[in-house]
Amino acid sequence: MTDGDSVDVLRISGLTLDLGGRRILGGVDLALRPGQVHGLAGESGSGKTMTGLAALGLLPPGARTGGRIELEGTDLLTLPARQLAALRGRSVSMVFQDPSTSLHPMLSIGHQLTDHLRHHLKLDRKAAKERAAELLTQVRIPNPREALGRYPHQFSGGMRQRIAIAIALACEPKVLIADEPTTALDVTVQAGVLRLLRGLCDDLGLAVLLVTHDLGVMSAIADEVSVMRHGLVVETGPRGRVLTEPQHAYTRQLLDALPGRSTV
Amino acid sequence: MSPRWVPSKGAGGKSTGVEGAGGGDGDRLPARRPTGRRLPGRRLLARHPLARFLLRRTATAVLLALGVTLVTFILTNLVPGDPAAANLGQRAIGDPAIVAQFRHHYGLDKPLPVQYVTYLGNLLHGDLGESQQSHQPVSTDLSTAVPATLELAGAAIVVSLIVGVAFGVVAALRRDRFTDQLLRVVSLLGVSVPTFWLALLAFYVFFYRLGWAPGSGRLDPGMTAPPDVTGLYTVDAALAGQWPVFWSAAGHLALPALVLTAYTVGLLTRFTRSAVLEVLNQDYVRAARAKGLPGRTVLFQYVLRAALVPVITVAGLAFGALLSGTVLVESIFAWPGLGAYAYRSATTLDLPAVMGVGLVVGLVYLTVNLAVDVLYGVIDPRVRVQ
Repeated sequence: MTDGDSVDVLRISGLTLDLGGRRILGGVDLALRPGQVHGLAGESGSGKTMTGLAALGLLPPGARTGGRIELEGTDLLTLPARQLAALRGRSVSMVFQDPSTSLHPMLSIGHQLTDHLRHHLKLDRKAAKERAAELLTQVRIPNPREALGRYPHQFSGGMRQRIAIAIALACEPKVLIADEPTTALDVTVQAGVLRLLRGLCDDLGLAVLLVTHDLGVMSAIADEVSVMRHGLVVETGPRGRVLTEPQHAYTRQLLDALPGRSTV
Repeated sequence: MSPRWVPSKGAGGKSTGVEGAGGGDGDRLPARRPTGRRLPGRRLLARHPLARFLLRRTATAVLLALGVTLVTFILTNLVPGDPAAANLGQRAIGDPAIVAQFRHHYGLDKPLPVQYVTYLGNLLHGDLGESQQSHQPVSTDLSTAVPATLELAGAAIVVSLIVGVAFGVVAALRRDRFTDQLLRVVSLLGVSVPTFWLALLAFYVFFYRLGWAPGSGRLDPGMTAPPDVTGLYTVDAALAGQWPVFWSAAGHLALPALVLTAYTVGLLTRFTRSAVLEVLNQDYVRAARAKGLPGRTVLFQYVLRAALVPVITVAGLAFGALLSGTVLVESIFAWPGLGAYAYRSATTLDLPAVMGVGLVVGLVYLTVNLAVDVLYGVIDPRVRVQ
C-alpha cells in the first residue's frame, strides 16, 4: 500500500467474497504492518467482519473467494486446510466481539488458555500453565494463578475480554484481528481494553486489525484507518488525515454522525 | 413433585444447553447465602451447600413417598373388584369363613383410613406388607424384581446413550445430507415402532427362526443364579468368576435390552442432533476454531460438553421410564422384573404389592432426577455450588 511493501506482515489484495449468490466483498485491499493498529471502519453489513474472518479462513460454508490474502508472502486463500489450521491461532489470531459468548462457559480459563498452546507449541501441561499465568499477568488479571482454575462467569465483562485477548496472544501471533472488541463492554472499561491492545501492539510488535464501527475508538488508538462501504474500501490513510481531512463523502458522513464532532 | 421434572428446557428441542442450564433459578444447587449467625450444628450445612441440597432432596423424597402411597392406596381401593375374589380359589370363595379369615389376615375388614395408617406405621419399620399373591413380604419380592429390571434398563440406557449420542452427533455434522436423512428415518422408526411388537418380532426372528438368542428368563434352564451381591446376574457372575453363568446371563439380557434401546436411541438421536446444531452456532465454537484447534478437540471438548446438558435431561427421563415401564417387554421375555411384578399385582388386586411398586417407581424417578441435577453441576460450573 505505502512505501516499505516488504514490511507488510499481512497483505490483502483484491479480496472478493460471494456468499449464496450475493457479492459481499468487491475487491478489498488492506495492508497490516507490525506494531501498528489498522482500524477498519464502516457501517454494519459493509463487510468488515467478513474481511477479518477471511484472513483466518473461517468464512461460512459455501463462501467463494477471490484475490489474495498474503501472510508474509504465503497466500492463505489457496493454502490447504491443514496448513491453514496450523497458522490459525498460531500466526493469525482473533478476538471476538462479545466475551460472554466467545469464551466457553463450561471450560476453565486455564483450559481455554492452554489447549491451543499445547497443540501449536507442543508444550507440556506444566509449561503451558506457566505461560498461561504469564499471559494473564500481561493482560492485568489479578491473581493469575487462581484465575486459571476459574470459569468465565466468575469474571466481569472487561476482564473476560482481557482473557480473550490473552488467549489470542498465547502463541505469539504476528497478526491479531480484533472484531469490535469493545462494543459489548461497558463504556467505563472500554478505554482500559483499548489501552491494553495498543500497549500489546507496541510491546510485541503485533499487527492489529481493529474492526469497529466506532470512530471514537478508532481515533483513540489506530495508526492507519480504512473505511469500508458496500464491500469496498473507500478510503485508506493515516488516522490524522482520514479523520481530519476525509477525502471521501462517506467518511465525512460517518464523521458528521459523531457526537461533538466540531472538535475532532 | 418438582416442576423442573417437566423437561421444559431440555425437551423443548430448542434448548441451547447453555442458557438452559444457567438460567434456572428454581431449587437447583443453592447459591451461597450470607449466613449472619452461625449455629454450631448448622456449620456443616452452611459450609457444604451440596450437603444441604442433598438433605433437602431427601426431605422431598419422604413427602413424595407419602403422596405416592396415598394416591396408590386410594386408586387401588377405587377399582371395582374384591381382592379376596381375585386371590382365593373358586372353592374357597364360596366359604364365608375362609373369605372372612382372608380379609382379617390382610386387615381388609378394617375401615380404609385405619388400613392406610396401619400401612404407614409398618412402612416406618421397613415393612411393606405381605403380598396376597406370593405370600411373601413385598420387600422380598421387590428385592429380586428390582435388580432384574435395573440390569435390563441399565444395559438398555448405556447402549442407548452410546449409540444415540453418536448418531445425533453424526446427523448434526452431516446436516441435511444423506446420512442425516437416513438417521432421521432410523430414529423416527425407533420412536414410533411399538415396543411390544418389536419384542415379539425379535423373539420370533432371533430365537424361534435363527436360534441366535437364548430363550426367555434370565439364565439358561438348570443354571443356578450367581451368589447375590448386587442382584445383577452379569455383575454378580463376573464378581464370582463364574464365566459360564456370566455369558448365559449376558446372552439372555441382550435381546430384551436391545429391544428396549430402539425407542431411547431414536429419542436421544433427535435430541443430540438438535443440541449439537445449536451449540455449533455458538461464538465459542467459532472462537475454538479460530484458535486452530483440531476438529476432534473442538467437537469433544467444546461442542459435546455444552450439548450434553439437554441430552442428560432426556436420558434421565428415559431411564426412569425404562425402569418403571418395561411391563410388556418383561412379560414377552418372561423377565422376572418390576414390570412383570407390577402387572401380576395389579391384575390380582394385590394391594401391598401394588403400593410397593408405586413406592419404588416414585423413588426411582426421584433418584434419577437427583442424579441428573448433580450431573448438571459436574458439566456446567455455572450451576455448581461456589
